[in-house]
Amino acid sequence: MSHSVELAGIGMTFGTTRAVSDVTFKVREGEFFSILGPSGCGKTTILRMIAGFIEPTEGRVLIGGRDMKGLGPNQRPTAMIFQSLALFPLMTVWENIAFGLEARGVGKAERRAKAEELLRLIALEGYGNRMPGELSGGQRQRVAIARALAVEPGVLLLDEPLSALDLKLRQHMRAELRALQKRTGVTFIYITHDQSEALAMSDRVAVMSAGLLQQVATPRELYDNPATPFVARFVGETNALAGRITEVAGGQARIETALGALTGRAGQGAAAGQAGTIYIRPEALMPGGATNSLTAKVERVDFEGAFALVHGAFADGAALAASVPSTRLGDAPAPGAEARFGFQPEHAVVLGDG
Amino acid sequence: MGDLYRRFGPGLSTIFVALVLVWLAGMVLAPNLMMIDYALRPNLPPAAIGGPTDTYSLANIAYLAGEATHRTIFLKTIWASALVALTTFLVCYPIAFWMAQRATVGQLSVVLLLIIIPFFINEVLRTLAWFIILAYRGPLNAVLMNLGIIEAPIRWQGDGGVLAAMVYAYILFMLLPIYNAIESLEKAQIEAARDLGASPWRIHTRVVIPHAKAGIATGFVFTFMLAAGSYVAPALLGAPGSRWFTEIIYNWFFEGGDWNRGAAYALVLLVLCLAVVLVTLKIARVNLADVAK
Amino acid sequence: MSGSERIFNALFWLYLVAFGLYLFAPLIIMGAAAFNESRFPTVIPWQGTTTDWFAAMWADRTMWQSLWTSLIVAVCVVVVAVPIGTAAALVLTSLHARAKGFAYALMVSPLLTPGVVIGISTLILWRQLGIGGGIFLIVLAQSTFIICYVMLMVMARLQRFDRTQEEAALGLGASKVMVFRRVTLPFLRPALLAASGLAVLQSVENYNTTLFVRGFETPLTVFIATKVRTGLTPAVNALALIIIAATVVGAIAFEIARRRRAGRPSP
Ligand SMILES: Nc1ncnc2c1ncn2[C@@H]1O[C@H](COP(=O)(O)OP(=O)(O)OP(=O)(O)O)[C@@H](O)[C@H]1O
Ligand SMILES: [Mg+2]
Repeated sequence: MSHSVELAGIGMTFGTTRAVSDVTFKVREGEFFSILGPSGCGKTTILRMIAGFIEPTEGRVLIGGRDMKGLGPNQRPTAMIFQSLALFPLMTVWENIAFGLEARGVGKAERRAKAEELLRLIALEGYGNRMPGELSGGQRQRVAIARALAVEPGVLLLDEPLSALDLKLRQHMRAELRALQKRTGVTFIYITHDQSEALAMSDRVAVMSAGLLQQVATPRELYDNPATPFVARFVGETNALAGRITEVAGGQARIETALGALTGRAGQGAAAGQAGTIYIRPEALMPGGATNSLTAKVERVDFEGAFALVHGAFADGAALAASVPSTRLGDAPAPGAEARFGFQPEHAVVLGDG
Repeated sequence: MGDLYRRFGPGLSTIFVALVLVWLAGMVLAPNLMMIDYALRPNLPPAAIGGPTDTYSLANIAYLAGEATHRTIFLKTIWASALVALTTFLVCYPIAFWMAQRATVGQLSVVLLLIIIPFFINEVLRTLAWFIILAYRGPLNAVLMNLGIIEAPIRWQGDGGVLAAMVYAYILFMLLPIYNAIESLEKAQIEAARDLGASPWRIHTRVVIPHAKAGIATGFVFTFMLAAGSYVAPALLGAPGSRWFTEIIYNWFFEGGDWNRGAAYALVLLVLCLAVVLVTLKIARVNLADVAK
Repeated sequence: MSGSERIFNALFWLYLVAFGLYLFAPLIIMGAAAFNESRFPTVIPWQGTTTDWFAAMWADRTMWQSLWTSLIVAVCVVVVAVPIGTAAALVLTSLHARAKGFAYALMVSPLLTPGVVIGISTLILWRQLGIGGGIFLIVLAQSTFIICYVMLMVMARLQRFDRTQEEAALGLGASKVMVFRRVTLPFLRPALLAASGLAVLQSVENYNTTLFVRGFETPLTVFIATKVRTGLTPAVNALALIIIAATVVGAIAFEIARRRRAGRPSP
């Protein structure tokens, strides 16, 4: 059985709350797939529908092409790592790890051996007889992962498993998780509201907002080619200038903004005569650039070594964020002054507002 | 119910529901329904059961209304139980207030332990203790006579003795709910009231007691119910002139041999207690769910 | 401190002392009377110190018989009340809001029913079925309201239960029965132990309900009450003192165990 996961038009309504609407995407076998979105957008709900804790009110979940309808969480080839970890506080670490094997009727000696093997994998040898309460946050995290891996799931569902960790540990665990996924070849569906986490770890990312799927794409594409205004604003930093699209031709769109006419790549919904917005990445804005010239009032310059972050406001009030390489900092304006920036059309995208 | 099924699966859910049904249907509802049935039928010799005279009527309850002694005892049980509840409240309120608002953490834990210990001890023993103290030749009379306060021993048994023992027995049921309620009152509110020039009396009647209303109502309900339904205290400490309603019920069952009247009397007691519970909770606007802590 | 406040404080401490006296004097006098040679249990006049009453109590076969009856009843009550009370708590917590209010009212109603009424109604029902008073009915009648206590204690514990643990176990392939046995039940264990202890205490000390359904059995409380009326000697005080000592030790042990558990960091 392959372990691709397909969601076909699933939706979930709790009473009067519409948590998820008409979400369709397919996760390939062995893929590291992330679901990214702000708090409350329905990420956990989707994961719980895949795991079988709740049945979708509409649509279907298929794993390996097989419809999962009516199968309980204990009958699906999935294992879940919860936002709260949900380790069993009254069992030792090794009993926690071996719980899934116990459920499958595996004998005690074999369970113990398998638990030891997994403890080695997560670098917690010798911790088997501790209680979960006697571990640090990162160690508990790894036990939760080992517990899920022990049942050799085809699909591992991870619900913001790193959110409780401090930055340093989180970065370390990201790398470990990624390596683990490569090594085991298990399909990972990983939930996060941290975009840098999603971009850094995933093969592909689904972005959600308010129960709706916005875009499914590789991290690179998401960043360069956001499909919707939400994605453009939510993923990475951006400068957004609203206006009216005047012309679309040859993959480029011209938009009339309060700061003058600007040109960028034509994205989704960009049609002449429509209201639209041009999104420019901070690293695309260059001081003094000649094409697509813009003026802004600089308020602050944060020097960060390799580059400097320039903050300010455009004439129409929109926020300015530019990241300027240190090598070009000579041209950077002083705080309080007016400055000119420019960008290449291929580094900006014009989307229809909608 | 669907949630239960989803959570525990069909096997366990069925067992759980079955257990609860055995309890609610078999141990709570059925006995009470059968008691009502008994209460509404006449007491007949076995041969006449099911015969033409075996009809439902309110005769047994009417009997209580018509029998002067029983009626008096019933009414006395009501007001005496109310008196027990009121006295218990007066005894408990100051210490509950002190514990909730004034005592230090150390004092509180000691006092709580000290108060709880007597109440782990069985009601019969607690009543026995009063029996001994109040006995004609008992310590209380001996002390009073030695001090020269009285000349001859006093017969304490009777209403006074019953009251003392009942208040003693039910203190905890009054104290804990009131303490819990007052504890949630912010100290700042009392200080604010004092700051505004309120007298201690006003602080209590206008700030503390309204705040602790739910706890006080709970205490009243339990104390009244326990007092009205008590058998041991009146049986051991009462005098012939101070009989309690439960004693009459007992006699119908084990001396008078008329279970139907006994059932009717018990039913009246039950209805009385439930009415007091519901009315008190209604007046104090307390939810039943908050009563059982 | 103003003069009136000082008087008020003095009065309050007087009240506290009186309150303490009221609470403990009866118990102390009752206990002390067990050592007085006087045939009637009292402390004044003190006719000489003796431990004979303990021996007399020890030699009383009927006392042992009633103690035995009480213990059997208590064990049976635990066996009946703890599973049913636990089931009731689990059922109640998974009901939806409206049904919950009604079910809750029904389930706590035995606590608001006078004990004598519970005894009477049980007696009547079972007489109709041809079964008279005795251990069986004592157990049933006592369980009727002791189940409520168990239910409330289990519910209090359930409120702190993180249900994702159950989901986690289910997601790892456990059957629902296994989830209950390995995850839910172990979590409830402390509450079940405490509830069992409380059930034993409630059962042994019950009098009002038991009196009506006892048939020809004489549990400890009935034994003591009968003694008081038919021939009270300090032997009863000796028994009372021992029961009190046992209860106090039990209560303190229970409290220490509770505080120790509360003090332990929970994951
Ligand atoms: N059992 C439920 N009953 C009612 N509403 C629910 C339930 N579970 C989730 N919701 C609602 O569905 C929406 C989506 O919730 P979900 O938990 O999926 O969000 P999320 O994206 O995981 O958020 P977070 O990042 O904060 O974890 C929310 O509005 C939430 O209030
Ligand atoms: Mg979530």
